[in-house]
Amino acid sequence: MNILPLIVLFPLLGALILAFNPRLPNRLAALVGVGSIGLSALVMVWLNWLFYLGDGGGFTQTLWQWVTVGDFRMGFTLYLDGLSLTMISVITGVGFLIHLFASWYMEKDLEGAPGYARFFAYMNLFVFSMLLLVLGDNLLLLYLGWEGVGLCSYLLIGYYYQSEYNAWCAFKAFIVTRIGDVFLAIGLFLLFTRFGTLDIQQLLQQAPQVWQEGDLMAEVAALMLLGGALGKSAQLPLHTWLADAMAGPTPVSALIHAATMVTAGVYLIARTHTIFELAPFTLSLVALIGLLTLLVAGFTALAQTDIKRVLAYSTMSQIGYMFLALGVQAWDVAIFHLMIHAFFKALLFLTSGSVIIACHHEQNIFKMGGLWRSLKLPYACFLIGGAALSALPLVTAGFYSKDEILWLTFDHGYSLLWLGALLGALLTSIYTFRMIFIVFHGREQIHPHAGRGIAHHLPLLALALLSTFVGGMIHPPLANVLPAGPEGQYGHLIRVLTEVLAAVVALVGVGIAAALFLGRRRLIGNLMEAKEGDRLRRFFYSGFAFDWLYERITVRPFLFIARLHRRDWVNSLVNMWPALALGLNDLLLGTQNGRLRWYAAVMTGGAVSMLFLLLLF
Amino acid sequence: MMLPLLLLIPFVGGLLCWQYELVRPNTALPRWIALATMVLLLVLALWQWVTGDYAISTVGSEPDWQSQFRIPWISFFGISFHLALDGLSLIMITLTGLLGILAVVCSWKEIDHRIGFFHLNLMWVIGGVVGVFLAVDLFLFFFFWEMMLVPMYFLIALWGHESEGRSPVSAAIKFFIYTQASGLLMLVSILGLVFFHYAQTGVLTFDYTVLRDTPITGTMAWVLMLGFFIAFAVKLPIVPLHGWLPDAHAQAPTAGSVDLAGILLKTAAYGLLRFALPLFPDTSQAFAPVAMGLGLVGIFYGAVLAFSQTDIKRLIACSSISHMGFVLIGIYAGTQLALQGVILQMVAHAFSAAGLFMISGQLYERLHTRDMRKMGGLFGRLGALPGFALAFVMASLGMPGTGNFIGEFLILFGAFDVAPWVVVVASFGLVLSAVYSLILMHRVYWGPPKAETTIARLDRREYLMLLGTLVLLIALGFYPQLVLDVSQGAMNEVRHWFAVSSSFAG
Repeated sequence: MNILPLIVLFPLLGALILAFNPRLPNRLAALVGVGSIGLSALVMVWLNWLFYLGDGGGFTQTLWQWVTVGDFRMGFTLYLDGLSLTMISVITGVGFLIHLFASWYMEKDLEGAPGYARFFAYMNLFVFSMLLLVLGDNLLLLYLGWEGVGLCSYLLIGYYYQSEYNAWCAFKAFIVTRIGDVFLAIGLFLLFTRFGTLDIQQLLQQAPQVWQEGDLMAEVAALMLLGGALGKSAQLPLHTWLADAMAGPTPVSALIHAATMVTAGVYLIARTHTIFELAPFTLSLVALIGLLTLLVAGFTALAQTDIKRVLAYSTMSQIGYMFLALGVQAWDVAIFHLMIHAFFKALLFLTSGSVIIACHHEQNIFKMGGLWRSLKLPYACFLIGGAALSALPLVTAGFYSKDEILWLTFDHGYSLLWLGALLGALLTSIYTFRMIFIVFHGREQIHPHAGRGIAHHLPLLALALLSTFVGGMIHPPLANVLPAGPEGQYGHLIRVLTEVLAAVVALVGVGIAAALFLGRRRLIGNLMEAKEGDRLRRFFYSGFAFDWLYERITVRPFLFIARLHRRDWVNSLVNMWPALALGLNDLLLGTQNGRLRWYAAVMTGGAVSMLFLLLLF
Repeated sequence: MMLPLLLLIPFVGGLLCWQYELVRPNTALPRWIALATMVLLLVLALWQWVTGDYAISTVGSEPDWQSQFRIPWISFFGISFHLALDGLSLIMITLTGLLGILAVVCSWKEIDHRIGFFHLNLMWVIGGVVGVFLAVDLFLFFFFWEMMLVPMYFLIALWGHESEGRSPVSAAIKFFIYTQASGLLMLVSILGLVFFHYAQTGVLTFDYTVLRDTPITGTMAWVLMLGFFIAFAVKLPIVPLHGWLPDAHAQAPTAGSVDLAGILLKTAAYGLLRFALPLFPDTSQAFAPVAMGLGLVGIFYGAVLAFSQTDIKRLIACSSISHMGFVLIGIYAGTQLALQGVILQMVAHAFSAAGLFMISGQLYERLHTRDMRKMGGLFGRLGALPGFALAFVMASLGMPGTGNFIGEFLILFGAFDVAPWVVVVASFGLVLSAVYSLILMHRVYWGPPKAETTIARLDRREYLMLLGTLVLLIALGFYPQLVLDVSQGAMNEVRHWFAVSSSFAG
């Protein structure tokens, strides 16, 4: 287990080498960038083996004492248990495949322009931060990783820095998540003040002893942590950045904005689950937010035209499912779905990247069409990934995780939430197959060039395999970390019935999508031509107009205040004194005008008023 | 003998630079003399660092000086030439030495006329600052406090740049009047304290240790405390007394800005820690809510101001106002954690601001403008410079892994116990600091390039100086104990004096 630091070290070294040698030739840069993650992945496999052999308990390794001020003792300490093992497996495993794919993608995308090494430097730095996030033994170290991934996300969204639009998208992503981070920071302050430690294991141990269930402080602390999770995981109301984050290169969307970083919020809540268990109100809020997000994102995805934005909203909605699972205390299922989602969403994003490159950087699905003939492999991958996303029964990995969430929601007694989630499942399969039908079927409008080479094929094939039932058979070792959740209420028969129902719903969704988007698309055309239909489409397209709202309640007031202060009026007040002195100076200078009659008059006037005053007092 | 040596080195070095130029004008040798002077200062400070023992000890009536030096000066008034060094002053002096080196190196090409005289002024500013950090006789402290202004005035006035149509002389005068006027308030307070002490005990002395025990309460304490506070408030600066800062920074030469932001502002925080709090613990305690409120105002006002600037150096200058707001909150929170955070925040801010100022200096040398509206899209055209800019900007917004993060967070952690709501509000200042920091990146480096030509890349001198600063900043982020271990004893003492009073007040 002592090799644990190596897994963090390799990506850091890779990032440093690449950052200080930006002119490395592409092949060498790819070797360093992909190789470092590959080495990390090997360490991960070895760790899995060791963990399998061990007793399943946690393993702690302090690298050095980070900050010590009196009682404030933070170690630079890594902690490995079933949960963090699952996370690092996803990060380095899926991360390696994405890096490999990126070595193909960026070569095509940059077409010889500089920036290849810079890309991998950011990506490696990201993996480093993400690993620290999930391996951090105390919340301060977690926060370090937390902000680090935010930084890398910012840099990678704005990777094409010459475009004003991309730079603003990056800016938006950073600021919106930073708002969430502030809540997380306040949560940290609160927890430290209460417990005198930020060591996660100690916190989880002490919390139930200090707080009763429903204690106000517990609720506040949980709310603050939730605030951080909402920002990072793009949940309502801090979700607006994720769709714009698609401005980054597609492998970035796959790694950061689908498979790993955006699920950090889910990890955080699962990691601190004891605190949430003591805060029932916040916990139900988690479930509610999850449900709302999955529905809002689902409806929004229905109207998108950009292939990556459809996927972005689907990510948001799938994370909504994870939040729902957390909220109904189906802890391990949330993490299970996190893992499965990482497989199939990475697959979908990489495939879309392959399609985008094949279609000469075209991202509008309505300009594609009929691609299944020329892009066989991407078509197959998209079908597998889409099926997993829609949780089509039995053969897909998504079925095993998502239906478990639906079932447990129902079983733990939240039937209303369950109904909502079922509606979400219907939406999911509609928008997923809408995308597939529009992109791969219908009239061919573009002549694509299929991707080639092992760096292109291998990641797609591996992820496609993991997105089928094979992936569903992987069971993360979470039993020692996360509690089982409350007793169920229903028997086996009900379970089978609900699962059949969920499967039917998913298939119905595919049917609806086929009816609307296969063939001549007459029905949907008529719908869109109606005034109400168009208005609804535009409302969905704008993502329920959140951007419009936020622009008015935050951005504009801030800009107004900033404009008001450009002249620094506080300072202007201070500047009144010199103005006053100059004015007085002018006034007094005016009395020295050299005219005898003026002096005589003033003298007389002065003497008279003096006498007058003397008489008066 | 170590302490007078520390003090003398910069003054003598400065004189040598100047004299050499008088003998043989137009040579580069004064630069080397200045550099050697600064290196010597740094080495001596580091020697103290290695040999001293700065662990927390029990707080006695006599401060735990590592070394001191004392000879009578004007015995009739009880004034002595009393220097003393503890962890706090050592950190500040080491910082002064480091930034002194940076200041000399970054003006290597920028300053091309009257090189010797320039370095005379630069060395004397640094000498004055070292004096401020060492003096524990209040009269001597005041002497150095005023002394460091004069060479700074010349640095801005003679080697400064024009900005928004105003001459550097006007900025220099503004700077001088602000600090001079507030310095007078401090002098009055010092005299008041000394006479008060004389009236009570019959001993006329300016000695810090003795005066610290003056039992002083009521209106008198408030008046005297405010005299000190306002003097430091101008220098820190605290809104609404910040007016001199953007002008002075924008118009000073790079070396001047580096020193201003890096160490001159820190003399104020040092003064608060060394004098305002221990001399007037009760009133400071009562004043703490106001001071923290002012800190909050500074954080937000500075951030909004920074956001709306178009001159890159003014933006960085205004961001200092915002950062110093955190320092003020930390000082008046007065817990060990917050005070240690203050130290780290000061050191880290010195490096990050110095880095940003050096970069804007380098940009100015290449583009001949500091107007961000004329920049944009520079990322791919400048070699390694934008990468450094990115790193320093991230430090300035408090990215974990840099010293600024540790500083800010220790302050907030430490103050949360005392004033949770202040901390909650201050935390949202972190969002605004992200806004103004990223807007700098956005306006200068991102976006479509304005031209295709490449601009001169960093030469080795520039590269090494930025890299060195960055390495220090990151070292502080991953191993802050470097500084914290040295300051702990001194901060424990400040906390002690501050906390003792609260038991009285309670």
